[in-house]
Amino acid sequence: MSISEVFGGIPVDRSTLRALPNKAIGVATVGMTMRFGAFTALDTVSITVRAGTFHALLGENGAGKSTLVKCMMGFYTPTSGQMMVEDREVEIADPRAAHELGLGMVYQHFTLVPSLTAAENLVISRARVSPVIDWTREKSGLLTFMATMPFSVPLDVPVARLAAGEKQKLELLKQLYLGRRFLILDEPTSVLTPSEADELLGMVRGLTQAGELTCLMITHKFREVTRFADEVSVLRRGQHVGGGRVGDLTTNEMAAMMIGEKELAQSADRVSGTGADILSVAGVRAMDRSGLKPIAIDALTVRSGEIVGVAGVSGNGQMELMEILTGQRPTPAGEIRVKDRPFRASRRQCRDNNVRYLPEEPLRNACAPKMSVAENIAFRTFDTIEGSGRERFWLDGSETRRRGAELVAAFKVKTAALDAPIASLSGGNVQRAVLARELSGDVDLLVAANPCFGLDFSAVAEIRARIMAARNAGAAVLLISEDLDEILELSDRILVMSEGCIAFETPIASADIAEIGRHMAGHA
Amino acid sequence: MSTETTGLVLAAPSRAWVETVARRSEGVALPLGALLIGFLAFSVFLAVLGKSPVAFFGYVYQAGFGTEFSWSNTLSRAAPLLLAALCVALPARLGLVVIGGEGAIVLGGVAAGALAMSLPGLPGPIGILMMGLGAMIAGGAWIGAIGAMRYYRGVNETISSLLMAYIAIALMNHLVEGPFRDPASLNKPSTAPLPDAYRIGELPFIDVHWGLAAGILACVLCWVLIERTTWGFAARIVGGNVRAAEVQGLPTGVLMVGFTALGGACAGLAGMFEVAAIHGSANASLAAGYGYTAILIAFLARHNALAVIPVAVLFAGLEASSGLIQRRMELPDATIAVLEGLVFVAILLSETLTGRMRLFQPELWRRTS
Repeated sequence: MSISEVFGGIPVDRSTLRALPNKAIGVATVGMTMRFGAFTALDTVSITVRAGTFHALLGENGAGKSTLVKCMMGFYTPTSGQMMVEDREVEIADPRAAHELGLGMVYQHFTLVPSLTAAENLVISRARVSPVIDWTREKSGLLTFMATMPFSVPLDVPVARLAAGEKQKLELLKQLYLGRRFLILDEPTSVLTPSEADELLGMVRGLTQAGELTCLMITHKFREVTRFADEVSVLRRGQHVGGGRVGDLTTNEMAAMMIGEKELAQSADRVSGTGADILSVAGVRAMDRSGLKPIAIDALTVRSGEIVGVAGVSGNGQMELMEILTGQRPTPAGEIRVKDRPFRASRRQCRDNNVRYLPEEPLRNACAPKMSVAENIAFRTFDTIEGSGRERFWLDGSETRRRGAELVAAFKVKTAALDAPIASLSGGNVQRAVLARELSGDVDLLVAANPCFGLDFSAVAEIRARIMAARNAGAAVLLISEDLDEILELSDRILVMSEGCIAFETPIASADIAEIGRHMAGHA
Repeated sequence: MSTETTGLVLAAPSRAWVETVARRSEGVALPLGALLIGFLAFSVFLAVLGKSPVAFFGYVYQAGFGTEFSWSNTLSRAAPLLLAALCVALPARLGLVVIGGEGAIVLGGVAAGALAMSLPGLPGPIGILMMGLGAMIAGGAWIGAIGAMRYYRGVNETISSLLMAYIAIALMNHLVEGPFRDPASLNKPSTAPLPDAYRIGELPFIDVHWGLAAGILACVLCWVLIERTTWGFAARIVGGNVRAAEVQGLPTGVLMVGFTALGGACAGLAGMFEVAAIHGSANASLAAGYGYTAILIAFLARHNALAVIPVAVLFAGLEASSGLIQRRMELPDATIAVLEGLVFVAILLSETLTGRMRLFQPELWRRTS
C-alpha cells in the first residue's frame, strides 16, 4: 500500500510527513485564481509565508481574503494555481488533506462544544479516537502536552464557563494539540476585548519566534499588524497589491494599498443647501451584540438635505447604531432627538416626524417573507387613513391592493403578482419593494444600513439614485455602510465608526481617503 | 383547429385567475391530503389488528353524523373544541406555538364554579354573564402570562404553556378538593351544584347547548379580527417577522400578550360552558383533553379561525363515536387517540411541503403560447 493510498489519494511524500511534528512550516500560494462563474474572486495571488513568521493578511470586505484562505485549506478548489508546503507542490483536495499536512485554521467564531470541558473538547477533536476513551491516560497525556505550552487553560471546566479570551486560547491550543504547524487565524480578536486580544496575539507571536508555529492572520486592524506581525500582504479586489516587512511600511502606506485609488464619484444631480438639524444623538451608551463591548455615540447630528455616511469595518458597532436608532436596542444613557423633540422610535413618532428605516438584508429585517408583496408594502400605512393621518381600525383591502399596484409600478418592482409572497422576489426587487414602502410620501429622516449589499449593478445604481433623490427633496439621510465606495459616492459628510465610537468626521470636500482608512482600521 | 384557437384566446385573460387559484388552493389541499394520509395510515393500523377499516369509518359516520342524536352529541362536543382551538390558532398567527389550552379550560371552569358559589341569587342572565367574564379573565390571564413570559423573558412558550397546563390541573384539583369543595360531593369532589338559574340551556330547534353558538360566533369574530382589522394585520406582521414589526414601531409586546390572552379567554369560556351546560359544577371532569385535541384542530385548520369550525365538528364526531367503536369493534379507548396522533404527524409533515409542490406554483400555470 502506498502512502498516497493511506492518505486518501493525497500525494504527499514521507519527508513532508516526517517534517511535520516539531517545527513551523512555510507555506506559499503560486498564482492562485478562483472564479465563481463570471466573477473573479482571486486573481493570480502569490503570497509567501515563511516558516516561523507571523504574517498578516489585510484587505477590505470582499477583497478576497476569505476566498484565499479557503483555497489554502481545501474548502474551495482553486480554478488555477498551486499550493506549496515546505517548498513542495501539494494538492489540497479537502480540509482533511490540509490537516494531514499540518495546516489548521482558527475561525472568527468558536468551534468548541460549550457543554464539554476543555479536556473533552481537545480529545474529541482528534481525527481518530478509540471508541472507549481511557480518560486517565488521556488526562496525563494532556497534562504532558500542556507542560510544553507557553500558556494554559483550565482543563476540567465546561467551555461555556470560560471567558471569550480563554476560549480563543483553547482554540489555539487545540490546533497545536492536533499537531498543526501552520495556522490561519480568521479575525481571531473580533470577539475579544482589547486586552484579551493583545494577550492572545502576544502568545502567537511568542510561538512563531520560537519557531514552533507559522501564522497567517486575517485582520482589519492596523494596530494588530504593527504590534504583532512580521510581514504583511494586502489584497484588494481579488488581487495581491502589495506587502512586505511590517517594519518597512507605515500605516499610511498600508491603508493606501488596502483602499487603493478611489475617485470621488459624485452623483450629478446633487442639490446643495443644508437645512436644520433633524436627528441629533447625544451621549448614547449601549452594549454591542456580544454584550462585551460598549457602544458610545457622544454626538451625531444629521441635517435636512444632507447624507451623512457612517463608514467602518464590519462589526465596529454600526449595526448596533442602527438598532439604537430603530428602538430595538436598550440605551441606558443618552438622548436621541428628532426635530428637537425626544425620540423613542415609536410608530406614532416615526409617522408624525416622517422617519423611515431601511435595515440591512431587507428580506430578513424589513419584510414578512410569507406575506404578499402588497401586504409588505402596506406595513407602514395600513393603520392610518391616507391624507388625514387618523388611525383606522378596519383594514381596507382594496386600498392596500391599489396602493401596492401604484407603488410596484412607480418603483419598478418585478413581481409575478401583487399577492405573490415577497420571498419569491429577487433580492433587488425585495429592496425595491421596501424602498417603495419607505420612500413614498414625505421623508424627513431616512436611516439606511447597507442598502445595496448583495444586489446587482443595475439595482445598486437605482437604489443609490433613490436615496440621493430623497436627500435632494430635503430629507436628512444617515447612511450606514460597509461599502466605502458607496459612502464616498453618496455622502456630504463622512463619519468613521471604530470600536463602538465615532472615531473621525470629515466633510466630503476635504476627505482624505488614506486618513479614513486609518481610522477604519482603528489606528488614529 | 378553430376550437383550439378559441380555447387559447379565452384562456389568456383567465391565466392570472388560474395562478391565484393555484396559489390559494395549496392552503386547503395540503391539510386535506394530510388528513387523508392520516386516515390511510390508521386503516393500515386497523388492518394489522385484524379489524375492518370500512367498518370503523362506518361506525364513525353512524355515531358521529348518522342520526339526529349523534349530531347533537357531536355538536355538544364541538363547542369546547371550537373555543379551545382558538387558544392555539390566535397565538399561532403571531408565530407562537401555545399548546396549553387545557390549563385555561380547567381554570375557566373553576372560576365559573367558584363565582356561582360566591354570587348566588343573581338573576340568571347576569349570573351567567359574571361566570363567563370570570372564566375569560382566568383563562386570559393564564395564557396571557405565557405570552408575557415569552416576550419579556424569552421563555419558550410551547414548553411553558404545556407545563402550566399541568400546574393548572393541579390547581383545579386543589381548589375543588379544598377551599371550593361542596361537602355534599362525596365520591367526586366538586364545587357546589349551580343554581338552576345559572345553568345554560339548549339552542332553539337543536338539542345542543348555547356553547356551540358562542364557539361559532367566537371563531367568526376572531377571523374578522385577524383578517379584517389593523390590529389583526399588525399581529400577522409580528408573526411574519418580529424584527420587521419592531423596525415598523409596532407594539410587539402588547400584541403578543393581548392575542395570547384573547386565546386564553376563549379557552376559559369553554370551561365555563362545560360547567354551566354539561357538568353543573366544576370538578376533575373538566380536564377531558379538549385542550389537546384542539391543538390538532388548529393545525389542521392552518390557524384560520373560520376553518376551525368544520375541522372541530369533524373531530368532535370522531370523539363522539369513540364509545360505539369500543363496544362494537372491541377496540380500546385509545384508538381515537392513535388516529388523532397519526393525523397530527401527517399534518406536521405536510407543513414541510408548503411552497414545494409544483402543482401549487403559479409558474406551472403561466404558459407562453
